[in-house]
Amino acid sequence: MHFMKKLALTAATALMVSGAAQAADKLRIGTEGAYPPFNTLTKDGTLVGFDIDIANALCAEMKVECEFVVQDWDGMIPALMANKFDAVIASMSITEERLKKIDFSEKYYNTPPALAVPKDSDMKDASAASLKGKLVGAQSSTTHSEYAEKKLEGIELKLYPTPDEFKLDIEAGRLDAVIEDVTVLGEWLKSDKGSCCKMLTLLTPDPVINGKGAGVAVRKGETELANKFSAAIKALRANGKYKEINNKYFDFDVYGGE
Amino acid sequence: MSEAYVAQEMIAARPRPNEVRKADWTFARLLGSLSILFWIAAGIGLIVFLITSYDQSQIDKYAPRYFDGFLTTMKLVALSVSIGAVLSLPIAFGRMSSNKIVRNLSFGYIYFFRGTPLLAQLFLFYYGFGSFRHFWQDLNLWWFFRDAWSIALLSFSLNTAAYQAEILRGAIMNVPKGQHEGAASLGLPPMVTFFKIILPQALIVALRPYGNEIILMIKGSAVVSIVTIFDLMGHTRRAFSQTLDYQTYLYAAIFYLLVVEIMRRLWDLLEHRLTRHLRR
Amino acid sequence: MELLSLLSYGSEGWGDEILASIGVTISLALATLPFGLLLGFLLALGINSRESSLQISAKIFTTIFRGLPELLTLFIVYYGAQILGNFLFQTVFGTTIEINSFVAGMVALGFVFSAYASEVFLSAFKGISQGQYEGSAALGLSRFQTMRLVIIPQLIKLALPGLSNLWLILLKETSLVSVIGLADVVRITGVAARVEKEPFLFFSLACLIYLALTFLSSAGLEKIEKNARRGEVRS
Repeated sequence: MHFMKKLALTAATALMVSGAAQAADKLRIGTEGAYPPFNTLTKDGTLVGFDIDIANALCAEMKVECEFVVQDWDGMIPALMANKFDAVIASMSITEERLKKIDFSEKYYNTPPALAVPKDSDMKDASAASLKGKLVGAQSSTTHSEYAEKKLEGIELKLYPTPDEFKLDIEAGRLDAVIEDVTVLGEWLKSDKGSCCKMLTLLTPDPVINGKGAGVAVRKGETELANKFSAAIKALRANGKYKEINNKYFDFDVYGGE
Repeated sequence: MSEAYVAQEMIAARPRPNEVRKADWTFARLLGSLSILFWIAAGIGLIVFLITSYDQSQIDKYAPRYFDGFLTTMKLVALSVSIGAVLSLPIAFGRMSSNKIVRNLSFGYIYFFRGTPLLAQLFLFYYGFGSFRHFWQDLNLWWFFRDAWSIALLSFSLNTAAYQAEILRGAIMNVPKGQHEGAASLGLPPMVTFFKIILPQALIVALRPYGNEIILMIKGSAVVSIVTIFDLMGHTRRAFSQTLDYQTYLYAAIFYLLVVEIMRRLWDLLEHRLTRHLRR
Repeated sequence: MELLSLLSYGSEGWGDEILASIGVTISLALATLPFGLLLGFLLALGINSRESSLQISAKIFTTIFRGLPELLTLFIVYYGAQILGNFLFQTVFGTTIEINSFVAGMVALGFVFSAYASEVFLSAFKGISQGQYEGSAALGLSRFQTMRLVIIPQLIKLALPGLSNLWLILLKETSLVSVIGLADVVRITGVAARVEKEPFLFFSLACLIYLALTFLSSAGLEKIEKNARRGEVRS
């Protein structure tokens, strides 16, 4: 019985401690950790990627201490609204739909969506004729899944919790295509695990669905924090820090047009 | 003759004891009233919440999807419970077989499917088996293992078959030995004995556990939403991710509760009807 | 050999992560148990109570939590408790509270467990004859004493088989918490499966781990049951 008591106690204190941890003056940043090359967890549990480097640089620029909180993508916005962290730096696109619930800084990068298909695919392009009846995989709760639902006609959409699962399924030959950010797909296709597949085509972003690129998400009404992030992004662009991080991961500028 | 045992005097009647008056507000009554108040408040809160956040455009968009998801759930449960029922027969027999190998095999089957979570089984079947594409292609079975729906149906059927086999075995063992002996003395062949005498009596005993198993499957089937199938839970999660509105889950909860309650009541009626010859 | 190295300890293999995840699974189940048992017992008392309001309340509770899919209960508690908790804490203490996935899992699984456990306790109550209560009353024991000294010791013995079954179900249902982000066995093996592209290996391993856990539990439970029955005459 002692053991059980202890367990119940630890559970109870865990609740207390996390309640008290709010008082500390750290900025908590939510990220997914399953979205290479932007944010991913190494096997020993450290976060790496473009988002992580940018977040660290932003915090240094804003002179605040930051800590990362890993959260599944599905629950990212609810968790932000529930105050589990103060900001999200996880390649979250600034869309009309999301702006109803949360606020964003200015974008810190913007890349278009794309379709990848198995190498032996008979699909030629993203036209309705070639997409008809095809099984297309996407990560749920993303702009890409919205895009697939609204713009890719005649497909059967399959939703996965992380890109890893649809990669597994297209490698296994279960899907006819996947829709995802072009840099994420590119990174995967370059690796030997992505050898099954090829890039089919870039998709023209829809301003309503895909929004204005990825920004730092904050709770509704925290304009001050959002503005701070926007200013810091601008500063990083100006002082060359952004370019340094960018070049570590990509051979082109992911920021996109001004 | 001793007179010590006989009362010598009449014992006068005593007045009846004072009525024990219970306090008007016992602890239990207080607690009961408070908890009833809580449920009433929760119910009103739920209704108020659903009415105030009512949005016709959302209802128009998601109601058909929920209904579609509901049909998918029911189809999945109905099919897998029926397939499982058929599969459970040989497994239950194997479990009661006198052949040691057959007995151990069916015991292993039942132990595996009852000893591991449905979610882990589903992942093993969907992602695990899905990784052997060439093997299935050689067997010309890839069309089956490629499809999420057929994999879900397969793993649910195998899972419920294990549980149903145990239900069936328990029920068959419950039939008195005299029934077998009586059938044997009438010279009935084993097949006739089983299907006409043993099974009907066993099924009466198994009726309640079967009902529970169906309800468990309705609830358990919600995990298929994780392997890309849009059942009721799948549509609910999708609706939540698109609207970030908590009521999506509440509607799903109401839906599931209704289905399970209706199912339970129907099963009670069925049981009442099928056991009417046993009542006096 | 290559497959074995994936399961090794250290930074190369997943052995240590998976071992830690087994700890998470077991501690979640163990933390849920006392809470679920207590609540289940109280619910059974409520349903057995002469107070009809208490009966109805307890029945509403069990109907809800036996009717909802566990996965849905988990989501409702995880998101709902967060909204409610934040609201209450904001108004009372002016701060917020974090309901993490462990606590949410514990509460959701505990509710479901207690709803089923109340049934087990109820049928166990039926197995205790009225004479036990009358005898206790004749000895002048208070209601609480009767419960503690006479009824509960017998009740435990009667309820043990049913409760053992519920424990095994609970152990398996902890796997659902992987969906809301707790690093339990299913989640960690799932991550390993995706990273290493070896789904069959890792999900078989997950199943084996659960089999081992259920095997150990049933062996332990059998011992406890035997111990509880030690006063009975062997037939």
